[in-house]
Amino acid sequence: MLSIGLSMLWLSRFQFAMTTVFHFFFVPFSIGLAFIVAIMETVYVIKKDEVYKNMAKFWGKIFLYSFAVGVVTGIIQEFQFGMNWSDYSRFMGDIFGAPLAIEALAAFFLESTFIGLWMFTWDRFNKTIHCLFIWLTAFGSTLSALWILAANSFMQNPVGYAMNAAQHKVEMTSFSAVIMNRQLWNEFPHVIFGAFLTAAFVVAGCSAWRLLKKDHENFYRKSMKVSLIIGLLACMGSVWSGDTQTRYLINNQPMKFAAMEGIYKNSTEKGDWSLAQGTKGHQKTWSIEIPYVLNILGHHSLNGTFKGQEQVNKELKAKYNKNGETRNYYVPTRTLFWSFRIMAISAGLFGLVAIIGLWFNRKKSQSIMRQRWFLYVMGLMVWLPFIVNTCGWFITEFGRYPWVVYGLLTIADAVSPTSTVASLMFTNIVYFLIFASLGAVMIILSHRVLKQGPDSVTTDGYSSKPEKTSKVDPYEMGAAHND
Amino acid sequence: MTNLQLLWFLLIGVLFSGFFFLEGFDFGIGMAVRFFAKNRDERDVVIQTIGPHWDGNEVWLITAGGAMFASFPMWYASLFSGYYLVLFLILVALIFRGVSFEFRANMQTDTWRNFWEWAASIGSFCAAFLFGMMFVSMIQGMPIDANGNIFGSFTDYVNWFSLVGGVAVSLLCFIHGLNFLRLKTTGELRDRAQKWSKILYPVLLAGEVVFVILLYLTTDFFTKKPVSTWSILIALVIFTLAAWWGAQAKHDWASFIASGLSLISVVVLIFNGLFPRVMIANNSANSILIKNASSSPYTLHLMTILTFTILPIVLIYFIWSYWVFYKRLKSPRAAEQ
Ligand code: HDD
Ligand code: HEM
Ligand code: HEM
Repeated sequence: MLSIGLSMLWLSRFQFAMTTVFHFFFVPFSIGLAFIVAIMETVYVIKKDEVYKNMAKFWGKIFLYSFAVGVVTGIIQEFQFGMNWSDYSRFMGDIFGAPLAIEALAAFFLESTFIGLWMFTWDRFNKTIHCLFIWLTAFGSTLSALWILAANSFMQNPVGYAMNAAQHKVEMTSFSAVIMNRQLWNEFPHVIFGAFLTAAFVVAGCSAWRLLKKDHENFYRKSMKVSLIIGLLACMGSVWSGDTQTRYLINNQPMKFAAMEGIYKNSTEKGDWSLAQGTKGHQKTWSIEIPYVLNILGHHSLNGTFKGQEQVNKELKAKYNKNGETRNYYVPTRTLFWSFRIMAISAGLFGLVAIIGLWFNRKKSQSIMRQRWFLYVMGLMVWLPFIVNTCGWFITEFGRYPWVVYGLLTIADAVSPTSTVASLMFTNIVYFLIFASLGAVMIILSHRVLKQGPDSVTTDGYSSKPEKTSKVDPYEMGAAHND
Repeated sequence: MTNLQLLWFLLIGVLFSGFFFLEGFDFGIGMAVRFFAKNRDERDVVIQTIGPHWDGNEVWLITAGGAMFASFPMWYASLFSGYYLVLFLILVALIFRGVSFEFRANMQTDTWRNFWEWAASIGSFCAAFLFGMMFVSMIQGMPIDANGNIFGSFTDYVNWFSLVGGVAVSLLCFIHGLNFLRLKTTGELRDRAQKWSKILYPVLLAGEVVFVILLYLTTDFFTKKPVSTWSILIALVIFTLAAWWGAQAKHDWASFIASGLSLISVVVLIFNGLFPRVMIANNSANSILIKNASSSPYTLHLMTILTFTILPIVLIYFIWSYWVFYKRLKSPRAAEQ
């Protein structure tokens, strides 16, 4: 019985992780790209340079694919709280439901309506109004991130609630406290900067591939410039907000921090920071350490100490195991440790590449065309932001183990009692197959758009090649397009 | 039951009505892509009629789900976990039809274009069918335990009544979609859509009669609320007849509004029958009641204020976006001349 119960829980967790991670491949890309496209179109409105209009249309096409996949996977997200985590929904509905409903009302309606208008009205409205549509879409998607993160932040750091012990649920007592949650205002900027960075490096990387083929130099060099400027700023923002997050964790979720940094025993004044380490059974087996870095990162000073996992575990046990439970509070250290290394090191890499790229890509210089190795590096880095985003969420979500709602509800108590191993196996497999094929189609289509090149958008209103379905604004001409 | 709880029960009903009215013709258009349009050019036009709108329409479902979660967590938890596999299949259907519109346009071979067109049609049909099946099986009473968990067997979900419900809802959506086509196209497509709906309405009426008989046999609607149930059913039949008349008399608007209202009547029928419950258990002691299922007064109050400030603004630009695309699309053959 126990083992069946556990594997049901395991399958539900796997399902949640898989669907959210997949959703979150597209979400940051869409949010960021919406802004980048909006900026390109704004430059067009101001400078009246057609290149920027084509840029907006061209990258806009890739944006639309990503948006479509983001939308269909988002519905899974909303439904699965009820489907897989019904006891969680009963417990959290009072607080979680509100942001979710507002998200739909205030954000999803906005973005879905204006993206429809933006797509199909290139030649109907004057430039400024058309440009406003994409800004509204971008604004809507940022809002949606804010609301869903409000819910997530409550799970990390519950505030503004009261326990209703009789009905075993939390009740909201202060909406403003839920919205002003410190966790949220750490998390939200970090996620948004991550989104800008994601889209910026995809655009820059794709441009780099095309420049390697000596394709449309002017177009791709300008695209690269716009995106690298955004990328560099976003990278600085990520590091700044990431630092805020880290230091917030030290007090708020010390176990998460200790695991991220791989600290088992309380740290000494020397502040040794592990660049890499091996672990076994809550013990370090080997490590490469650099003195003082830990204190600089965590305390912004050379002095200070940090609690190790052993002590945090003792404290948490004293705090939460009141009814004779024997629960431990260790989190999957290796995952957190390496995810954090990947995230932080990549941040450095992004910054470096952005600076070098902007330098090589100076207006008067041709050096970007000669530095083929650099274009290769940048082209390969297209994949990195997605990995980094996922690593970030791994830290956030695995780091609150064993809680779903920190200090209030454990994962084991959150799962639907009605779930069965058989149905979960079935749905996991089908989801996996669907995601794999959607991902593949998405990649193929983006490749195709890139291959067709920017000329494809200059000829007519929307779509590509003369062949097949094209989206000349049919609403304007009163006629569907014919080949 | 407090006034706020009642209000939110009604609002959930309104959101589902909006969903079925709007997504109803979306589903119908989706089905029409392969089951009605004859060639690629026609399919282009058919898809273009909802091109800018389908995502916005689907947000009604997302809002209804979110609002249910916020205002009646016990209802949301019980319904969504209890209908796990049904909802899973709905999600799969919605995924395929959702991406198909975007993906199809950039396929380079006929095989793949056909693939995504079939995805749109079958996905739309399955989504409509499964929604119908879900709501109809829900009102028959499910095996719910004292904690609100549903442990149903296959026949609780799939039985004669729920199958008829599924067929009726998908047929209604299909006709609603045809009526929308009559509004948005001209020439050959519009004429054919009208011809089809003239033929399909008698079938639908027959289906409605079967539906009423099964409703009488398997639910407590007629014993608990005979007057309102009969009134809604009569309204449903009147709307159906009006839409049929609209098809005969070439009154495109009348047909479209009437078929939308018939979909809404089905939602009203279900919500009226549910009241004052939100889930009906076959052991009536375990039915989940409005008064026990809701979130706290604080949350309901908050949601009410937010909804009544945001929703009107949403409705303004939502309707405006339809108005922007008000013009009819010419049918492909007329455009060639
Ligand atoms: C490309 C995106 C990206 C980049 C460059 C970074 N991050 Fe990050 N990080 C994310 C994308 C992200 C994320 C996926 O968006 C997360 C998940 C949850 C969140 O708030 O943001 C995240 C989470 C996250 C957390 C966990 C927060 C929590 O659980 O409360 C910490 C401590 C950091 N980050 C710290 C950093 C630091 C110190 C960085 C740079 C040196 C950094 N991140 C770069
Ligand atoms: C697990 C919780 C989540 C739920 C329930 C959820 C729900 C949804 C839903 C229902 C949609 C489709 C909306 C539409 O049809 O227009 C969607 C898309 C979206 N979601 Fe999520 N989401 C989740 C996680 C996130 C996170 C963490 C973010 C951002 C940080 C986010 C941001 C967005 C954005 C920007 C979109 C629209 C753009 C796109 O589709 O790519 N979501 N989400
Ligand atoms: C979109 C970005 C997100 C990603 C990539 C993500 C990732 C994950 C991962 C990897 C897990 C599995 C962790 C584990 O098994 O312990 C998980 C669990 C979970 N997450 Fe997130 N998450 C995201 C956003 C959210 C949001 C916005 C919410 C809620 C508002 C949320 C709620 C949950 C819940 C309920 C679980 C299941 C309980 C659990 O197994 O821990 N997640 N998520």
